[in-house]
Amino acid sequence: MLSLIPALPFFSALVLILGGRAFSRGAVSAIACGSIGIAAAITLLLGIPFVQSGESSIVQHLWTWMQAGNFSAGIDLRLDALSLAFVFVITFVGFLIHVYSTGYMADDADYTRFFACMNLFVGAMLLLVLADNLVLLYFGWEGVGLCSYLLIGFWYKDPANGYAARKAFIVTRVGDTAMAIALFMLFQHTGTLQIPQILAHAPEIWTTGNAIIVLIAFLLLGGAVGKSAQLPLQTWLPDAMAGPTPVSALIHAATMVTAGVYLVARMHVLFTLAPAAQTGVAVIGAVTLLLAGCSALVQTDIKRVLAYSTISQIGYMFLALGVGAWSAAIFHFVTHAFFKALLFMGAGAVIVAMHHEQDMFKMGGLRKQLPAVFWTFLIGAASLSAIPFVTSGFYSKDQIVWLAWSSVQGHTFYWIAAIAGAFLTAMYTFRMVFLTFYGAPATHHTAHTPGNRMMIPLYILAACSTLAGFVELPHTLGHVTLFSSWLQQVLPAVQLQQESVALEWTSQLLAAGLTFTGIYIAWTWVVQKPDGMVRFSQMPFMRWLRRLWFSGWAFDGFYNMLVVRPFVRTARMNRRDMIDRIYTAVTRITEWCHDVLSRTQSGILRWYIMGVVLGAVVILSVLIWRVSV
Amino acid sequence: MNIHPTTAGMTLAGILFVLGLISMLIRRNMIFMLLSVEIMLNAAGLAFIVASSHWSQPDGQVMFMFILAMAAAEVSVGLALILQLYHQLKSLDSDEASRMRG
Repeated sequence: MLSLIPALPFFSALVLILGGRAFSRGAVSAIACGSIGIAAAITLLLGIPFVQSGESSIVQHLWTWMQAGNFSAGIDLRLDALSLAFVFVITFVGFLIHVYSTGYMADDADYTRFFACMNLFVGAMLLLVLADNLVLLYFGWEGVGLCSYLLIGFWYKDPANGYAARKAFIVTRVGDTAMAIALFMLFQHTGTLQIPQILAHAPEIWTTGNAIIVLIAFLLLGGAVGKSAQLPLQTWLPDAMAGPTPVSALIHAATMVTAGVYLVARMHVLFTLAPAAQTGVAVIGAVTLLLAGCSALVQTDIKRVLAYSTISQIGYMFLALGVGAWSAAIFHFVTHAFFKALLFMGAGAVIVAMHHEQDMFKMGGLRKQLPAVFWTFLIGAASLSAIPFVTSGFYSKDQIVWLAWSSVQGHTFYWIAAIAGAFLTAMYTFRMVFLTFYGAPATHHTAHTPGNRMMIPLYILAACSTLAGFVELPHTLGHVTLFSSWLQQVLPAVQLQQESVALEWTSQLLAAGLTFTGIYIAWTWVVQKPDGMVRFSQMPFMRWLRRLWFSGWAFDGFYNMLVVRPFVRTARMNRRDMIDRIYTAVTRITEWCHDVLSRTQSGILRWYIMGVVLGAVVILSVLIWRVSV
Repeated sequence: MNIHPTTAGMTLAGILFVLGLISMLIRRNMIFMLLSVEIMLNAAGLAFIVASSHWSQPDGQVMFMFILAMAAAEVSVGLALILQLYHQLKSLDSDEASRMRG
């Protein structure tokens, strides 16, 4: 049963690739959505008894993949609480995104190719989270990278999309290389790549803070940073918006960028053994969430706002992982998957309604024209900006904000970053909502309402974005810990410095207050536009800051200068291929020898005889000389 | 002046061989080249005979018989080749037969 979950999407991708044009659009939709839907159903069928039984894991060994010496890697799948949370989100949200895509991509010429890639994407991600050994995990990891490349560059006729796809692939590859080295080192020191064995033996092999384990943990973190688009490898994600909107939803919500969070959570024992690396995780998360939040504040493209908000929210997850609040990170992943998929698909509905216009300043006033999209988008936005009590984002994010300060590894700086991030989040989210749905219509397009296939997933996700939060409530509000106590089978519970309900209330009230302040500022900034604020934003420093944030803190330019241009210059210099000169020289010398020797084939018999005679004379003289000496 | 017969015979054989060799190198007519080869062969045969008389062994004589037989065969093949070449080139100049030069 377990093997069917990743096998079904793979199988349907294979059928779609091989079947190609033989299928009608209806058949393609049925195969693509059906396979993910059945996988989601199997997840429920398998997951509910599994949760009730209280077992720690289900393991399935399919076959041995490779064997060399004392190394062997199998196609082994393991379902435990952590992977079940991921599998559930991937299949369930993935299914909704597939259904939505049948509406969104209905007019696209490459319908089959799109769904083949989407299925492959989901299958690779499922393999990643279900893998029992790191080799299989790495296989899924690379599969996800490949599919992201295929889908970001889906509309390949525009060279810019191809560039974005290559950028995503190459930037994540930097992290992948670090991760591969980490795997080699893990095998060298532990002699196995089975995840449970590594986690069990790591504390016996290494003491806390051992240089090797710190190095391994940092290399793993490098891999996670690349896939999850965290500082300093975050530059690929905003450009990944070149792909169709459902792809963005899939990358941001269910697959790909959360792989890094999964990896760190899965290898949590190693990070606990390497406190320096774990601090690195927290610092990267805290810095990233602030930088990306600032960048999201000034974007004009609706999808880029969402892209930066994803980077920022993954930053929250990394922060939670870094302070040892493992289950809080996974909880935020789940709620984030719901509301970010909702927001992306809502944005997609708006984009379709506006005839593929993505600039928010050319939208406006859509509240009246697209009421259903507006309300679902508003629910997603409320959840993203963590409006208290009614949204899932509030419960998951507040947990992180509180634990960033109160856990043993927590720090006041983390808390300040998290709470400032919450303020930024509320501001950029509602700036986007107000720009898109309020104000006067900026164009005279007649927005057409999307069909049911696009709207029903939005309704379902809107419900999830609201309800998913109630499985985990803080101490101050009911104290429900369904999710975290369930995850404790796999991930250790967070250790608190002190439990203070009063302080937690303070933190929550402050966060809520800042959220509402952020929304108010967004309202006055975008809708009311008072003179003072307009003048303020026209100041030279603010314009400079705006440009800096708009370009994502100029990371792209920096990398261009540091890596891309020198590389291109070297490539130019080496256009004639220096190394190749050696090999050309060998052929040149051979040809020259050939020419010289062929001259001796004069065809004149007497010269040949002369040669024979001279040879005989030389041989004889040598012989005689040797005998006489 | 007393020269040992073996030395004299061997010197004669050597002179004959070098004469044959030189004429082979300077002649372009193929008939003459064939003749030079014959001279060289006979020089070698003479050397065998001188050596056999020196050691009082019959092997050298036997070897000379072989050389005679081989020379007969070689001349027949050589003449046939020369005939063919003459048909093709209308000349006996060995330098003309250089169609396979590099």
